[in-house]
Amino acid sequence: MSDAVTDPRIGVEADDRLTGSFVAVALVALFGGAVTGLLQGLEHAGINLYGAVQPVIKSYYHGLSVHGVLNALVFTTFFICGFVPFLLCRALGRPLQSRKLAWGSFWLMLGGLLLAAVPLLANQASVMYTMYPPMMAHWAFYVGLTLVVVGSWLVGLNMALTYRSWRREHRDERIPLTAFMGLATFAMWTIASMGLAAEMLFMLIPWSLGVTPTIDALVARVLFWYTGHPIVYFWLLPAYISWYGLIPKQAGGKLFSDPMARVAFILFLLFSTPTGFHHQFADPGIHEGFKVLHMIFTFAVFFPSLLTFFNVVASLELASRLRGGTGLFRWFTKLPWGDPSFAAQVLAMLIFVPGGIGGLINASLNLNLIVHNTAWIPGHFHLTVGTAVTLTFMGITYWLVPLLSGKPLWNRKLALAQAWSWFGGMLIFSHAMHRLGLLGAPRRTMLGSAPYVLDEWSPLLPWVGIGGTILFVSSVLYFLNIVATLVSKKRAVVEVPFAESMTPASEGPRILERWSLWISIAIVFVLLAYGPALIGLLSETTSSSPGFKVW
Amino acid sequence: MKRETMFELAWMLPSLALPAAMLVAVTVTAFGAGIHVPSREGRVDPALLSEAELFADPGLYETGPGRYEVRMVARTWSFDPAEVHVPAGSEVTFVATSADVVHGLIIPHTNVNIMLIPGQVARTTIRFDEPGVHVLVCHEYCGVAHHTMWSRLVVDEAPDDPAAGRARKVGP
Repeated sequence: MSDAVTDPRIGVEADDRLTGSFVAVALVALFGGAVTGLLQGLEHAGINLYGAVQPVIKSYYHGLSVHGVLNALVFTTFFICGFVPFLLCRALGRPLQSRKLAWGSFWLMLGGLLLAAVPLLANQASVMYTMYPPMMAHWAFYVGLTLVVVGSWLVGLNMALTYRSWRREHRDERIPLTAFMGLATFAMWTIASMGLAAEMLFMLIPWSLGVTPTIDALVARVLFWYTGHPIVYFWLLPAYISWYGLIPKQAGGKLFSDPMARVAFILFLLFSTPTGFHHQFADPGIHEGFKVLHMIFTFAVFFPSLLTFFNVVASLELASRLRGGTGLFRWFTKLPWGDPSFAAQVLAMLIFVPGGIGGLINASLNLNLIVHNTAWIPGHFHLTVGTAVTLTFMGITYWLVPLLSGKPLWNRKLALAQAWSWFGGMLIFSHAMHRLGLLGAPRRTMLGSAPYVLDEWSPLLPWVGIGGTILFVSSVLYFLNIVATLVSKKRAVVEVPFAESMTPASEGPRILERWSLWISIAIVFVLLAYGPALIGLLSETTSSSPGFKVW
Repeated sequence: MKRETMFELAWMLPSLALPAAMLVAVTVTAFGAGIHVPSREGRVDPALLSEAELFADPGLYETGPGRYEVRMVARTWSFDPAEVHVPAGSEVTFVATSADVVHGLIIPHTNVNIMLIPGQVARTTIRFDEPGVHVLVCHEYCGVAHHTMWSRLVVDEAPDDPAAGRARKVGP
């Protein structure tokens, strides 16, 4: 499998086409998600356009399933599987260990995506991205998404093999920071995705094929949320990699502390997975004690995010003061706000502050009773995955697409307008959704047509549509800029903005690179958090639900 | 101690204290003030609800003076019973399950927020002191008419002499 490294003519650029392919699929998915999102926002505002988009989108819930799957599952996973290995290779100065494996994993993921897309677009899988049984989608939907997950494991395997070869040649060196973070991210994801894989392989696929006639709805939910919470860290950590590893350089400074950044990522590896029951606080059938345990783990994973906040903001302040920034807070204005890649990502960070605080509320056992399954929840995750992650990834593409294509960004002012309009649109959208949730409005519900809408919800609903429309316009500006960049004839040479650190990696403890140790501890935490609960559920399972197609 | 280390500690210690303080607050309200989340209440076969003691005859049951139980079955796209009346000052326990796909039950402005999962019995208790009309809304996507799935709970003026009784059906 060492076909690449044995040939010295193949440089680190060898995999740029691969990266570009992953990112291209991701952006096509994002576009589909943006269009369906607009329809949903307008529906809440009383403008029902679903009659006009027949027969492509059959219903609000068909569109919402497409929106969630394309944005939350496809866009994120494909972007990450392109971007994170790209940074690993650039940081280690070598291409991926196996090009065959690299392209094999891409085609496997794309094949899986297309297989899942057929029933999804044909309204045969309108089960939302959570796909709770006993609602039953076409089997191809489950098989396709499973192949995407398996492909992402192969991406992680290739990264691990690349690292192993690098390590043989660099016995005493510390792993470059962005490579370290990429490896930690995929190690966490491999552990975290086992729940979804088990749900697919042992429950949903045999059931949808008719091999097993019935299913246990609660066990499926437990396995789904085993993956469903840590998957948000799989989305978030690549954004953190950019904030730690690149943004300090883009700001004109250095990272405050490299060892502290590594500690944060090890903590994410340890604490991301044993947290899923905080999505099931309102579920019967799970003992309250297990829910408390998962609340504690979720609070623990808040700590490395606070470390990240400190480290990244300290780096920004450092950069600003080098540029002549002064004052306790005024330095914040003296950052390179004219750089769209930088501005987009720092706006994403700002949005993540209320996103993180809201997340702490969701994780708080009985406080969750106020917000569970209300409009608050999509309001919350449009701040986190919808902005902290998505706007960061957009900001990354403002240098990554020029790097991969060898062409300068078409219009920097347009890109700045895009970043600010996303920021503003999301504040409006998310604020309305959070307030609707606190007033008890349910999530993933066609509220524009619901017969029980309370008077106090009505003034907020138009703002969902206004925010959603601004977000859609922002996404159009984004795609316009990317496409115009790709078709332009200008040339540019762009480098990856790797940041140095004030406190170098060598000051951190060596034990941070003992992968087997951290992965073992992470698995122990998972066994503690899930073992007793799952054994209890499985021992009394009656697997009593046949499949239903209710759309 | 290095200046950077001082900064780091000045941030890290409050970062540990903040989630710890929230953990204490949540624990006190859950186990001190008794604001619990749903727990294990037993299983029921969704195909055999008509034979299950709790769900054979959904409706409002009086279980004691000022205490009621709403035995409820959710199915696409309605709740059974569709409407219940209780007098103000009642303590109402919802005992509910689903006959088909996953549903949910939320009553805005109360702590009632439970998932209704086929195969599982869900239970939650709430006190209604003020007369008024509450909507019971399904808050989990359950199919193409999900947004039409709801029912009503009416809190009537408290009667002067509340009838006392044991597990006798009083509602529809």
